[in-house]
Amino acid sequence: MNMANVISPTTVDALIKFGIDVAIILLKIVIVLAVGLLHVAYATYFERKVIGHMQVRLGPMRVGPHGLLQPFADGIKLFFKEDIIPAQADKVVFYIAPIIFMAAAMVNLSVIPFDANFVIADINVGLLFIFAMAGVGVYGIFISGWASNSKYAFMGGLRSSAQVISYEIAMGLSLVGVMMMAGSLNLSDIIRAQGESIFGMYAIPQFIGFIVFVIAAVAETNRTPFDLPEAESELVAGYFTEYSSFRFALFFLGEYIAMILMASLCTICFLGGWTLPWYVLKIFPFLSYVPGVVWFVLKVYAFFFFYYWIRATVPRYRYDQFMAIGWKILIPVAIGNILLTGLVKIILKEVL
Amino acid sequence: MVSIGFFIYFAFAIVVLSLLVVTRRNPVHSVLWMLLLFFHIAGVYLFLNAEFMAAIQVIVYAGGILVLFLFVVLLMNLREELSIGKYTTFGPTGFTFALGLFVAVSMALSSFIAAPPGKYSIDLIKQETHVKALGKLLYTEFIYPFEIASLILLVAMIGAIVLAKRRLKS
Repeated sequence: MNMANVISPTTVDALIKFGIDVAIILLKIVIVLAVGLLHVAYATYFERKVIGHMQVRLGPMRVGPHGLLQPFADGIKLFFKEDIIPAQADKVVFYIAPIIFMAAAMVNLSVIPFDANFVIADINVGLLFIFAMAGVGVYGIFISGWASNSKYAFMGGLRSSAQVISYEIAMGLSLVGVMMMAGSLNLSDIIRAQGESIFGMYAIPQFIGFIVFVIAAVAETNRTPFDLPEAESELVAGYFTEYSSFRFALFFLGEYIAMILMASLCTICFLGGWTLPWYVLKIFPFLSYVPGVVWFVLKVYAFFFFYYWIRATVPRYRYDQFMAIGWKILIPVAIGNILLTGLVKIILKEVL
Repeated sequence: MVSIGFFIYFAFAIVVLSLLVVTRRNPVHSVLWMLLLFFHIAGVYLFLNAEFMAAIQVIVYAGGILVLFLFVVLLMNLREELSIGKYTTFGPTGFTFALGLFVAVSMALSSFIAAPPGKYSIDLIKQETHVKALGKLLYTEFIYPFEIASLILLVAMIGAIVLAKRRLKS
């Protein structure tokens, strides 16, 4: 019997279309993961290189020309190290903690629009999705500290989760101004609205939100000067003290992916994503031939350089000072910014 | 057909996960199962085209409230369950009441009538996005209930601050 008689042609067409859609999504996931992991590898290399040069050192030089193969050497070393589990640890929780942490960070890459038509999942609540996943990442940190059954890890985990949930509020509030100006939570729509606005990027009209966001982003990713959860002089290495080998690598990976994510979020919400401001294009019209993803990536790199720069420049904060900055300065300022944005929006509507 | 399958999965998983939450001996494991439970509830919301509710469910419950639970549980460091003797002697009476309530609810369910559909059909929500539709309704038609709910939350917040301040002084 002919197959076409059993399944009607329209079903076959629908199935083929479905298959192609799935294949495209899988391909996009592979591309984003491969490029993302490569970026993580070289983010560690450039971190050491940039900080090295800022401190008048050379940084890694031995493996490959100018130490270019150093990330791979590190990766292989981590992979072949012994996997040690503390005797009194809660084994199951100890195993899943780094996986939760890394998965929560990686899942976020799926809603980031890297170019006008390149995003794995174009969802309407993209920004909220990122907040939700950032909230889940806290569990990875928290339960890793608990499951290790070590004082240092526990203290690190407590500090880290207190830090992340406090600064998440400031970060969320700082982005409300952007949501109000763009009128959408869809990340692609935010970029499009931004490209059409007068200033071309929201970093200029939303400069208060921008400053709050940048500070909160550094705190969210546990970077210097807010790296209290990993303060070596006090806590050995914080929540992942007891982790070794590949489980440690998972934490490391998750942390750098979270950095990529924060840099992308800053690029999307404040720096215009893949677009360039119209006045720049008017002065240099040939720039419009450059694909958008180049601008996106360059903006992300600029934010990364900022991460390295402050790490080489600023000393660590004391814990109480750090909490005071978050709760007593950043959150009130961010709420003020929301009020101001709303007022300006109403006044502009009246005038125009 | 697919949607019914999804619903059965979510309903089944939510019941099983709830049972796991209340039966675990280790409180941290309970909290982790609860995290999974919240994700399934968010899944049900997504399934109803309520994407905003799904995101908020995870942000507020998983990202906020449950983390505070975890703080309390971890700081008390209960590695073993405390076993306390029965503190009530009304077991059979309680069971009878619970059974009566269950029967009453089951009987009430059979006379369930769906509310009349408003102007927001699924297509309209899709077109206008769920966030916008929800925001418009909350700030126009349902402004009073919304304000009352906000006021209750504000009162709770002020109450907590007052209690904490009083303890600081003494």
